[in-house]
Amino acid sequence: MELKSKIPSGPLEQKWDSHRFNMKLVNPANKRKYHVIVVGAGLAGASSAATMSELGYNVSCFVYHDSPRRAHSIAAQGGINAAKNYQNDGDSIKRLFYDTIKGGDFRAREANVYRLAQCSVNIIDQCVAQGVPFAREYGGLLTNRSFGGAQVSRTFYARGQTGQQLLLGAYQALEKQIGKGAVTMHTLTEMVDLVLVDGVARGIVARDLRTGKISTHLADAVVLATGGYGNVFFLSTNAKQSNVTASWRAYKRGAAFANPCFTQIHPTCIPQAGDHQSKLTLMSESLRNDGRCWAPLKKGDTRNPRDIPEAERDYFLERKYPSFGNLAPRDIASRAAKEVCDEGRGVGETGLGVYLDFADSIKRLGDTAISERYGNLFEMYERITDEDPYQQPMRIYPAVHYTMGGTWVDYNLMSTIPGLHVLGEANFSDHGANRLGASALMQGLADGYFVIPVTIGDYLAQARLAPVTLDHPEVRAAESAAHDRMRRLINIKGKRSADSFHRDLGKVMWDKCGMARNTESLTTAIQEIGALKEEFWTNVSVPGSDADLNQALEKANRVADFMELGELMCRDALEREESCGGHFRTEYQTPDGEALRNDDAFAHVAAWQYNGENASPSRLVEPLTFESVQLSQRSYK
Amino acid sequence: MNFTLKVWRQANTASAGRLETYAAKAIPSDASFLEMIDLVNMHLEEEGKEPIAFAHDCREGICGSCSMMIDGVAHGPVKGAATCQVHMRTFTDGQEITIEPWRSVAFPVLKDLITDRSAFDRIIQSGGFISAPTGGARDANEILIGKLESDSAMDAAACIGCGACVAACPNGSASLFTGAKISHLALLPQGQPERYRRVEAMVAQMDEEHFGHCTLYGECQEACPKQISIDVISQMNRDFIVAAATKRPQVTSAGAG
Repeated sequence: MELKSKIPSGPLEQKWDSHRFNMKLVNPANKRKYHVIVVGAGLAGASSAATMSELGYNVSCFVYHDSPRRAHSIAAQGGINAAKNYQNDGDSIKRLFYDTIKGGDFRAREANVYRLAQCSVNIIDQCVAQGVPFAREYGGLLTNRSFGGAQVSRTFYARGQTGQQLLLGAYQALEKQIGKGAVTMHTLTEMVDLVLVDGVARGIVARDLRTGKISTHLADAVVLATGGYGNVFFLSTNAKQSNVTASWRAYKRGAAFANPCFTQIHPTCIPQAGDHQSKLTLMSESLRNDGRCWAPLKKGDTRNPRDIPEAERDYFLERKYPSFGNLAPRDIASRAAKEVCDEGRGVGETGLGVYLDFADSIKRLGDTAISERYGNLFEMYERITDEDPYQQPMRIYPAVHYTMGGTWVDYNLMSTIPGLHVLGEANFSDHGANRLGASALMQGLADGYFVIPVTIGDYLAQARLAPVTLDHPEVRAAESAAHDRMRRLINIKGKRSADSFHRDLGKVMWDKCGMARNTESLTTAIQEIGALKEEFWTNVSVPGSDADLNQALEKANRVADFMELGELMCRDALEREESCGGHFRTEYQTPDGEALRNDDAFAHVAAWQYNGENASPSRLVEPLTFESVQLSQRSYK
Repeated sequence: MNFTLKVWRQANTASAGRLETYAAKAIPSDASFLEMIDLVNMHLEEEGKEPIAFAHDCREGICGSCSMMIDGVAHGPVKGAATCQVHMRTFTDGQEITIEPWRSVAFPVLKDLITDRSAFDRIIQSGGFISAPTGGARDANEILIGKLESDSAMDAAACIGCGACVAACPNGSASLFTGAKISHLALLPQGQPERYRRVEAMVAQMDEEHFGHCTLYGECQEACPKQISIDVISQMNRDFIVAAATKRPQVTSAGAG
């Protein structure tokens, strides 16, 4: 199969405009005849469901949460980028585009990223119109902060709760449409399979989590906005329920999965405290505006950080990357912290931590100013660690945070399955091998508010879909396969909880496919995951019934998919014989330890095509061509 | 640390529930309250017994999923924290802890500690939004909003929709939740055109969902993990009175052009 990116021709700046003109439209009276299913109600899902229904499409939206207000977008703290240039500091659409392409280590599509930068300015306008309370100056104008990988201030924020406020804006727009009867909302309902008829996506099989009832929902197009797969590592900053199941079902039905090995390890998270821990907590990147990262110069220095004199501290980011300093991009900052800890200079009980110190900023600006900027984050930190960051530096360590890889989509956000569209973190499209801070919210909302509402019309206007009913053999087969899978999980009646398998999988992934990878670690990981998978299907314990609210069953169903995904991630990491962004192969590094790309062999997207249970997946390649930027070794020095 | 848990178990909305006793053994003091339940559940699952069902997701106090009465207090003993932000070091070793679901007629129990909070969504549907269909918004900086107004709107907008306010209220009132959304939008210039329609519709919906009336006990703001002030209830009441006093019949004469 060939991957057709469908990037419009013409100059970069005009591609989206001319594409919008060239796309087919559906007339207003006909829109209500089309039924679109949206799975997920985070930023991408809620914004797309609301907007498509405003346009007149008949929309159904499915979430496994009890309300569309709870998706993990809500936890995004720091902000959202937009090329508004309100600060008059030299920002522009082109600069946001360039920073994002470079930040992604030249592994994203130019055309998509440029469109993202163009949409960014509309997002801020749209959100303010909805009443999102972004931070403001006394004069009433919007204010900005800086984020990693950029030398301009273009990040808009609502205290440390930007994701929450943006999501509530989209959620309220969605609830308005639900109230009008324009969107049918299915809460506590999880997609368990994708329905294809004659090779085209025509609906989903879903499980009502209250009753366990499995049912099929048909439509003219399906939109997945189901988030990322960072929880394959068990410990991540993702919410506990975030999972890959919807995307994985789509993969097994034929949607190619792109760049699975591109995962983002965020440098500033609260270090793990023990084996009981169920998740890791992020400390927003915005803290690096005023916090300085350091570690003791001496190995095994266990003195109180306040007793370590200035001369015996290593401000490693400022030392290694003087021009970006503490605002070096995430992949680079994470590796630098790991390096320090590997040298035995890590702090805290486990030695896996470095300091993020606010003493200088507090001296310069005062407690009040710092508390106004980061109060809720400081409080969150103190609650978890029992340490006061106003008095002593925070201890931080990198943790899995985001996944750049995801379902492959073309410029219209359609996967390799006709009719199946994928938005937000669930697709692979805009961040290359590393995402810059404050760009996830931007992408989710650009996809949902501004891209899919237009491109879906182009698809529907030309699709010529035959009517399908629930008794179609392909539909019935998908539904009964979902039933069988649930029964099978219940009937294993083994000895181990799904969580214990998930923890083991996470450890393999973190140790062997985490911040540093190599041929040996990846080969071992593939074997270990294979063995774990085998044990899972004979020894997992799922008490209770499949015809009931059963959280153990929900977990087991998701963990089973994570194991298969983990294997594919390792395979992808193994095949990509270069280092780029978050993908760091120890065999490929520059003499000073930076990622060494191989543009001749790997300036491409790798998308994996499923070939059945007992066959290896095929690695499809979409070459990346760069017309507007020059490929260079990324430098933040 | 070791604890004795008395946990509310209920198979579904229709059946009766009861408190069951579980031993939580060898719990690290750094564990969060939910991680403590995870450990108890892991043992139950290994024994082939049904784990305790509870709502949770982000585990950092922002998604609003977790919802437990801990010894009769919504979200437990830590002020300004959701259940997931309570750590076991707050309790005494050997303590007996009673865990129940939210108590309110408007939040029926789905299973064990999980309740149905869809009434909150329906209150938002009735008017908790600014009508601004996507596209055509003017430049964000054309709307000037003073920092103080903007900050007050943000204080109200911080609500996570967990339902602790309702669970803590002796009347089972949803006034803190509803007032928070009304205040958030009423404090902003963008919220003015729909301001009085909104308050009327949302208050009516609150009644329809069988939430009780507010008699200003103030228990809600004590329980609120985001410490939203009952000032938002005053704002709601004020706007409701203005809406009632200034209401005019809607003129609906439009014709095809």
